[in-house]
Amino acid sequence: MKRAGFATRWLPILLLLPQLAIIAVFFYWPAAHAVKSSFYLEDPFGFGSSFVGFDNYIHLTGSSEYGRIAKFTVLFTVLVTFFSLALALLLAVKADNVIRGAKTYRTLLMWVYAVAPPVAGFIGLLMFNQSWGPLTELAKSIGWDFKLGVNFNDTAFAMVLVSVWKQVPVNFIFFLSGLQSIPKSVREAALIDAKSSFRRFWDVTFPLLAPTGFFLLIINITYALFDTFGVVDTLVKGEPGNNPMTLVYKVYVDGFRGNDMGGSSAQSVILMVLVLALTVFQFRLVERRIHYT
Amino acid sequence: MAQVSLNNIRKIYPNGYEAVVPTSFDIADGEFVVLVGPSGCGKSTLLRMVAGLEDISEGALSIGDRNVNHVDPADRDIAMVFQNYALYPHMTVRKNIGYGLKNRKTPASEIEDKVQTAAKMLNLTEYLDRKPSQLSGGQRQRVAMGRAVVRDPALFLFDEPLSNLDAKLRHQMRIEIKALQRRLGVTSIYVTHDQVEAMTMADRIIVLNAGRIEQIGTPAEIYHRPASTFVASFMGAPPMNLLTAKGSGGRVTVGETISVAAEVADGPVTLGIRPEDIEIGPTCDIPFTVDIVEELGAHRLLHGQLGGQELTIHVGKDVVVSAGPIRMSINPDAVVLFDAKSGLAL
Ligand SMILES: Nc1ncnc2c1ncn2[C@@H]1O[C@H](COP(=O)(O)OP(=O)(O)OP(=O)(O)O)[C@@H](O)[C@H]1O
Ligand SMILES: [Mg+2]
Repeated sequence: MKRAGFATRWLPILLLLPQLAIIAVFFYWPAAHAVKSSFYLEDPFGFGSSFVGFDNYIHLTGSSEYGRIAKFTVLFTVLVTFFSLALALLLAVKADNVIRGAKTYRTLLMWVYAVAPPVAGFIGLLMFNQSWGPLTELAKSIGWDFKLGVNFNDTAFAMVLVSVWKQVPVNFIFFLSGLQSIPKSVREAALIDAKSSFRRFWDVTFPLLAPTGFFLLIINITYALFDTFGVVDTLVKGEPGNNPMTLVYKVYVDGFRGNDMGGSSAQSVILMVLVLALTVFQFRLVERRIHYT
Repeated sequence: MAQVSLNNIRKIYPNGYEAVVPTSFDIADGEFVVLVGPSGCGKSTLLRMVAGLEDISEGALSIGDRNVNHVDPADRDIAMVFQNYALYPHMTVRKNIGYGLKNRKTPASEIEDKVQTAAKMLNLTEYLDRKPSQLSGGQRQRVAMGRAVVRDPALFLFDEPLSNLDAKLRHQMRIEIKALQRRLGVTSIYVTHDQVEAMTMADRIIVLNAGRIEQIGTPAEIYHRPASTFVASFMGAPPMNLLTAKGSGGRVTVGETISVAAEVADGPVTLGIRPEDIEIGPTCDIPFTVDIVEELGAHRLLHGQLGGQELTIHVGKDVVVSAGPIRMSINPDAVVLFDAKSGLAL
């Protein structure tokens, strides 16, 4: 590949400046601030703060509540990631087989993507409404007395369901384009080599989708960990006390509801480190990504 | 190994386009048949119907003595080599070659033996553990061949397998494929738009044009006795000279120049003569003006005017000619006459 160069040195810097400024103001500065306040204990009423060293972190590691929420977050992430990927793959394979109407199908699925997380959560609220929600009715018909916001497991179930529903379209689009980028003749060669469509899928299609799959895996983990905030917020609104929540939501609850800025900052620093690790992992993966040509 | 028979096979694509008009021909056991024709004439469509990758709209197809119209591609006992090789990019050469066997419940040790034999035959032994992306075009082509031969199928199908290779490699692979097919004796259908490949490889050539068969015959028949002006101008490089002529009183004449005895009705005809069936020399009877001399090393092509019509003459490397007037004569036995309107041979 040919590289185009800039005639002067300051031009590229100048062009980068707006982007760098935005990152600095909206990311580095708050991040630095969070790191700093994670070492302080802030007075809940705003009368100054005192340096406490690693106390906030030590407190977290000892907190059974934090451990419980961390465990739930891991379980939640695994479930959301697994089901959004699996469902999307299933739908994509089915859509790939239909030639007619594929476009309509895709557009219909894409609409869900355009729904903002809190709205998705709100739709979940409606669906699971205690007195007339259709999904509550459905659960009732199979003998499941569904209590959103009251029963921990039921609320967790709804959170997973809504988060999966919200994420499936994105995965679907990626999987479908991944499927369609597999050369037609390779599939035809497989058609001659293997009679069973099950074998063809696992031996040929699936491995060729693996790069797309790895990429989506990271995206979905990140989504389940961080971007489900809106869904969680809507579904547990009002009474987070007894309800399932994710680590990101806990940062918010402790910081803005509990006014524990120090503890909340320490939690967000931990999450930042997690994101960093995920990012490094993803870059490593992208670098090693096999290019099938 | 098997004979193949196509009985009024027709293809209409879902959009209503008739890519193959009802077509019938039989292929003998062990025969190498080449389907040749210009781009878009339906060669691939026909081949893919035989493979089962495309539905047959009408007609009956049998391989061996079995009707296979509704048999899955994997059960037709065929192997296909694709134009872009269609290797499985994530599998090693060994796995690529063995994949078809594995799915036919062949024991692992037998697969390994067969893969080794095929690899040896195709000089691929040292590449067995590589992925297709680590191979050159010619090696990939060989792997695609290996994938076909290892299964020992009843029928080989080739869809322009050499068109992605450079000229030298193409020539070499042409000979290898032909030799391999001879050795294995597997019935083969080979699609190409390259008439040199068709001439050199085929036992029998089927010339297709716009979804219908123009002619079926041995390479020599196709070359020397083309059934239509289409075949005459498609086969051969340079193609046959086609001249506007007139029949009258048992002779066919081209203006004041060529005149040959022929039993044709009076009226316009097309006279065909291959460039190499024309001689030049001072004692010849027809005047000809050379415009361009095309130097090809082993021989020369003289392009010029014969009474206002374009004509090409093929001469040996020892015949020195320069542009200007010369004299020529034709071999009357080599003349092919076509109906001026329909283009069919008379
Ligand atoms: N899926 C399809 N739907 C409609 N028409 C098609 C389809 N596939 C091919 N055709 C048409 O059928 C005709 C024959 O196509 P085919 O691929 O058999 O040509 P070909 O002889 O193999 O040409 P080439 O030498 O370029 O490969 C073409 O005019 C093509 O446009
Ligand atoms: Mg073709």
